[in-house]
Amino acid sequence: MKIHEYQGKELFRKAGVPVLAGQVARTPEEAAAAYTKLGGKIAVVKAQIHAGGRGKGTIVEVPTQRGVQLVKSAEEAATVAKNLLGNHLVTIQTGPTGAKVNQVFVEAGCDIDRELYLGIVLDRAVAMPVLMVSSEGGVEIEKVAEETPDKIFREHFHPAVGLQSYQVRKLCKKLNITGPAARSAEVFMKKICRLYVDLDCSMAEINPLVITKTGEVIALDAKITFDDNAMFRHPDLKELRDIAEEEPAEVRAANTGLSYVKLEGNIGCLVNGAGLAMSTMDIIKYHGGQPANFLDVGGGATKDQVVEAFGIILSDPNVKAVLVNIFGGIARCTTIANAVIEASKQIGITIPLVVRLEGTEVEEGKRLLRESGLAMITADNLTDAAEKVVKAAAGA
Amino acid sequence: MSILVNKETRVICQGITGSAGLFHTTGCAQYGTKMVGGVTPGKGGQSAAGLPVFDTVEEAVKETGANATMIFVPPPFAADAILEAVDAGIKVIAAITEGVPVLDMVEVYRRVRASNSVLIGPNCPGLITPGECKIGIMPGYIHKPGKIGIISRSGTLTYEAVWQTSNLGLGQSTCVGLGGDPIVGTSYIDLFKLYQADDQTEAILMIGEIGGNAEEAAAEFVKAHVTKPVAAFIAGATAPPGKRMGHAGAIISGGKGTAKEKQAALEAAGIVVAPSPADMGKAIQKAIANAA
Repeated sequence: MKIHEYQGKELFRKAGVPVLAGQVARTPEEAAAAYTKLGGKIAVVKAQIHAGGRGKGTIVEVPTQRGVQLVKSAEEAATVAKNLLGNHLVTIQTGPTGAKVNQVFVEAGCDIDRELYLGIVLDRAVAMPVLMVSSEGGVEIEKVAEETPDKIFREHFHPAVGLQSYQVRKLCKKLNITGPAARSAEVFMKKICRLYVDLDCSMAEINPLVITKTGEVIALDAKITFDDNAMFRHPDLKELRDIAEEEPAEVRAANTGLSYVKLEGNIGCLVNGAGLAMSTMDIIKYHGGQPANFLDVGGGATKDQVVEAFGIILSDPNVKAVLVNIFGGIARCTTIANAVIEASKQIGITIPLVVRLEGTEVEEGKRLLRESGLAMITADNLTDAAEKVVKAAAGA
Repeated sequence: MSILVNKETRVICQGITGSAGLFHTTGCAQYGTKMVGGVTPGKGGQSAAGLPVFDTVEEAVKETGANATMIFVPPPFAADAILEAVDAGIKVIAAITEGVPVLDMVEVYRRVRASNSVLIGPNCPGLITPGECKIGIMPGYIHKPGKIGIISRSGTLTYEAVWQTSNLGLGQSTCVGLGGDPIVGTSYIDLFKLYQADDQTEAILMIGEIGGNAEEAAAEFVKAHVTKPVAAFIAGATAPPGKRMGHAGAIISGGKGTAKEKQAALEAAGIVVAPSPADMGKAIQKAIANAA
């Protein structure tokens, strides 16, 4: 689960991770009031969307407007907020239609001496979280990783023990951070690592992390993703979820316990198991088609879930044909067959449907489908199924 | 032979009184697995699926001589259940549970690796030596005793591979589902070592997916240490970056972990890569023919 920058900074504040004063605004008037309340000579107005690359992104409706802008008066704050709010911000991470800006964050300015990068992720290769810092702040870290990997420094830490002082000293030495800034860095880094563990993050990224002219270390950005599997421990964090940022069909699927990702193609896929669902997309493409989605109905799929899965797939107007690919293990072919029949009664499937069943209770499942009198194309194996559905989608 | 489990393996189920635990304990027993008991804290002394239930794994081991366990404990308690099994000296631990918080696994991973136990999973279908011992949720009948060792990060895609090798008459020595999470107890490399040393295994089929770099590491290992024929398939060639494809581990981030990179690494190690998931069986046949 992702959250907005302003929400992340609130969590930072509570955990003692230094951030600047700031306020969220949902109208130009609120933005102007926030500027006045901050009381400085400058502030920064920042579009709040989940995607990164906002500073370099542009607003579709007002092409001269960037997603992040320095302002020097309450009027200017209101104008920028007006340009951002309700409009769409396109960044390298959003795709061409952009993401709608529903709120902006008005934040105090500061005297920046240096900009750094700081990120924490799980390093799968050693099964531990890793703190990564780089002197190349403010730029895309992927680019730094590719072009100058020696400018990224790493320290692993055990969740129960946390980051140690010597690790901060090593990093400061490499980054040439000295004096009061080194003391601020120690507090900052230890606290951000603690927050990563305490809140079950799967990623925490601060780009840029700044050192001010007076030696303070402050988070100028806050990009946090939580481990969905740990949300049962954090009922309060669940409330930070912003449904407006998510694909509606993906939200609908998640509410039903399905795993769904919308894609650009025209062949709907309904599959059990993540690996098989990915492979089903792959084989459709291999035979010249384009998958419209990833959809895993899971191991213990019920009839209602499968009916809802059909509803989600068919709600995508691009879908011209559907492939059902089930290898029954825990999920029984008879459950799937009954659900297909039920879905076609409830929703009415008017586009070609290719069904491939294998595994637990396969013969009985096939018989149910045959005797239902539904118009569908049956397939005997993966290749057969892919060829048939690609042909059906092209002919529709 | 086979690897990890065989007809002598004595298996308990942790979480035996839950619906999934009960259902699959029965399923495994029907397949022929020596199921000897179960554990549910607070329900010791009862029986489930005709087997004795114990309060602790320690007690279950003492009373039944169990040396393997199948874990169906819900996600909040799964890490604790794995650690309990390690503590009791269980040799093979298959954690089927899906949805374990990843930070819980950091310490579990360390304790498992420092012990004599092998952890398969979490978020996996389990493991099976066809005709001898099934520990997990896979449909038993698709498997046939034979010569292919199968390793996979996914469940149903493994069934697909098993089915293809069964239909080609190759059969399987042992099939292991590593699990789809970012941290799992066993790596491809651990299993390549076991398969390389196992007489029954003549060739190895590896099924990977996008995300991480476990497949690349495995390719390096195969090139240096595995003399048996190896074939592979990587799922997720069409997956877009930044989107989690069901498994918590299946995500391309920062342009790393793509199917293309993985396929290239495997081919560079002399592994036959199946272009389509329908060709996994044919790919292992080809790898065997190439070696002959």
